[in-house]
Amino acid sequence: MAEEIKADKSMDLKGLPCPMPVVKISKGIKDVAVGEVVMCETSDPGALADFPAWAKTSGNEILQTVQEGNTVKFYIKRKV
Amino acid sequence: MDPEISKQLAELQAQIDRLGQNAPQNKLSMVVFSGNLDRALASFIIATGAVAMGMEVVMFFTFWGTPLLRDKRKSAGGKDMMGQMFGAMLPKGAGDLKLSSLNMGGMGTAMMKSLMKKKNVASLEQMIEMAGELGVRIFICDMSMDLMGFKREEMIDYPDLTYCGVAKFLEEAMGSKIQLFI
Repeated sequence: MAEEIKADKSMDLKGLPCPMPVVKISKGIKDVAVGEVVMCETSDPGALADFPAWAKTSGNEILQTVQEGNTVKFYIKRKV
Repeated sequence: MDPEISKQLAELQAQIDRLGQNAPQNKLSMVVFSGNLDRALASFIIATGAVAMGMEVVMFFTFWGTPLLRDKRKSAGGKDMMGQMFGAMLPKGAGDLKLSSLNMGGMGTAMMKSLMKKKNVASLEQMIEMAGELGVRIFICDMSMDLMGFKREEMIDYPDLTYCGVAKFLEEAMGSKIQLFI
């Protein structure tokens, strides 16, 4: 297990279905400075495919993906 | 360097520059033709998702898609008989739409709506509001408005709602990476 990444902001997106998780993270990541990290927790099964697609297109970086039961935590570094 | 090769390189560079100027923008253009609840929902999910992906989004509402942008709290006078008939028979706003299949006299649509609520899926009305907040631009086909006898004063309050014709859609679509017809 990799060491815990320190997040500058946390977002609880559990219970929100498509398209809300990507809509929320695309807004939420603007609250941190470039280089800072947002931890985002979601229960949307589609997020496992959607977050990497969103990160790639928007130019941000997913540092770590942690699956815990029905939820997934993404550690995302703002790059742009 | 061989002068012939330099010349070819310069020509290639010029060609690449021209291509770059004509390249489509990071934009999604969508025609919403359908007045079915399921299709309208899909179009707004794609639209809001595209904004999240960093795209500019324009939606053009035409034909059966037009009435879903009516505001149920508003009404307009001065309509002729055909206009009044269309007004009464077509959906008055997003809340009036029916599923394209399994509607079952409205039962299926009601069941789907309650299921969506239970599963926390945003309603079409909420999606439209969110699209407005996210800066999705909405255009309405002027000819559809005229054909169905809709008046501008009975349409929803949406930021920068614009009325247009086919040329405006084509201009936007030509410069878009993605074009959809729903």
